[in-house]
Amino acid sequence: MSLSTALKTGDVTALPSRRDEDWRWTDLRGLIRVLPEPAPKFDGEVAAGPFAGLADGEILFVNGRHVATSGQGDVLALRFVAATDKASQAASYAVVVEPGASLTLLESHEGRAAGYISDVSLDIAVGEGASLTRIVLVEDDAEAVDVVTARVELGAGASFAQTVLTSGARRQRIETHVAHPGAHAQARLDGIYLLNGQRHADQTTVVTHDGVDGVTSQLTKGMVADQARGVFQGRIIVQPGADQTDARMGHHALILSDKAEIDAKPELLIFADDVACAHGNTIGALDEEAVFYARQRGIPELEARAMLTQAFVGEVVERIEHAGAREIAAAWVAKQLGREE
Amino acid sequence: MLKIENLHARVEDKPILKGVTLEVPAGEVHAIMGPNGAGKSTLSYVLSGRGGYEVTEGTASLNGEDLLSLEPNERAAKGVFLSFQYPLEIPGVPALTFIRTAVNAQRRARGEDEIAAPAFLKLAKEKAASLKIDFEMLKRGLNVGFSGGEKKRMEIFQMAMLSPKFLILDETDSGLDIDALKIVSEGVNALRSPERGMLVITHYQRLLDYIKPDRVHVLAAGRIVASGGPELALQLEAEGYDKYVGAAA
Repeated sequence: MSLSTALKTGDVTALPSRRDEDWRWTDLRGLIRVLPEPAPKFDGEVAAGPFAGLADGEILFVNGRHVATSGQGDVLALRFVAATDKASQAASYAVVVEPGASLTLLESHEGRAAGYISDVSLDIAVGEGASLTRIVLVEDDAEAVDVVTARVELGAGASFAQTVLTSGARRQRIETHVAHPGAHAQARLDGIYLLNGQRHADQTTVVTHDGVDGVTSQLTKGMVADQARGVFQGRIIVQPGADQTDARMGHHALILSDKAEIDAKPELLIFADDVACAHGNTIGALDEEAVFYARQRGIPELEARAMLTQAFVGEVVERIEHAGAREIAAAWVAKQLGREE
Repeated sequence: MLKIENLHARVEDKPILKGVTLEVPAGEVHAIMGPNGAGKSTLSYVLSGRGGYEVTEGTASLNGEDLLSLEPNERAAKGVFLSFQYPLEIPGVPALTFIRTAVNAQRRARGEDEIAAPAFLKLAKEKAASLKIDFEMLKRGLNVGFSGGEKKRMEIFQMAMLSPKFLILDETDSGLDIDALKIVSEGVNALRSPERGMLVITHYQRLLDYIKPDRVHVLAAGRIVASGGPELALQLEAEGYDKYVGAAA
């Protein structure tokens, strides 16, 4: 059951539905009655992406088709652009980071049309001792359906650091699977979601520790306003024998309206004995005392709330090591919250 | 300057202020003393517009402008500053960012231009030095991990940066050792001016040795039950609040 299968076969019954446990909060079958036509080849100009100027090279997909690759280096922009209204598109791409190499992948999902359905599938291999930083910036149309699935395989001693930034869509799922060999490899899986209106965003991660001595650290923070819905599903599996695994997962979210919703399912499935695993999950409102304190100093209520929300998710931004990407993430958060300098 | 007439306020169904009348002219410092539960903090919150308090009767105005109908941030822009008894910690918002946001919000509300970054930093460095605040502390989350004394100094620092017209100090002496009390008092005294009024709320006379009031009022059971000169504070220190608690009840 997947969106990509449904798009390939045209069979809506192949769509994941609420009967699939892993998709119960991101029902596609109930939403999509008819699959739209595949998007046509796009001949127009595509404006610069959100990471323009930061990357040495760019790999560009438009309407599900690979249209250009330019430049090279260890900072690459990977762009998936939806350019046609009410059409469907599917793309897949493979990324291999050679042993010992280092790559920063600045991935953007750019909705430049309305009401499209998009499926992107990535296969990522991070070789022995290699490192990959993956920043995923998802800016979808409010009526779009978007599923991004990445399968990441880490080599011994590899490091993988991911930060997903999303403002949601009609239905949206950013799913990441990490095959973790242990063996001094490190994975960091972070995310920020800032949702308003009727937007929905689902960040799902599955990390499987297969060998001794692996580290996973996760921090996702989000805010939902209006009638928006945020979903966090984090699963960490520690297989038998994967001793000395150190896995920590945190999901913390703010609900700013009675009609907004957060669904969270942190899961630690531990089949080894000698491990350090922890998870924390909190959902709450802004501290009204802090809001009053800021207002007493002259800051209007909406600005005070935005400032406190920005500070709340700022912790995730600070974990991005790549300075340029960190600045873009901070600016994106400020823009989403209406706090542009 | 500040004029309060027959102010009644309640929290849920419980009346706390039962007819407070008080006038603080520009240039004067008035102290409000009183036993615990008298309504001292309630008075400061009602004047600054905190939620959860309902004014059932009476008025409060600053320079003839009604305060009670304004939002807390509008009152701040008019010049009301409340120094909190327990200042909040705001993780993730550096003190300088917080204060600059506040300064500019107040300026916008008054139709003035925003302050330029260099001018703001210059002013911040001056004021921090005079309050013996390490400038590096201002780059960290506001009040996060600060001691009680540091938080109170940070309140005075914000006061100095915002240059309000009317100051309300709510139990500013609580949690301060003698050195911190001196620094904080000097900071407050530096803000005394013929155009500015102050209301100093305190349980103990000690603070008033450092911030000398022009008038002292005793608040008991929601009313001002006695007013006098600075000597009233000394008398309270010697005799306690017993006779006023009895009189008000």
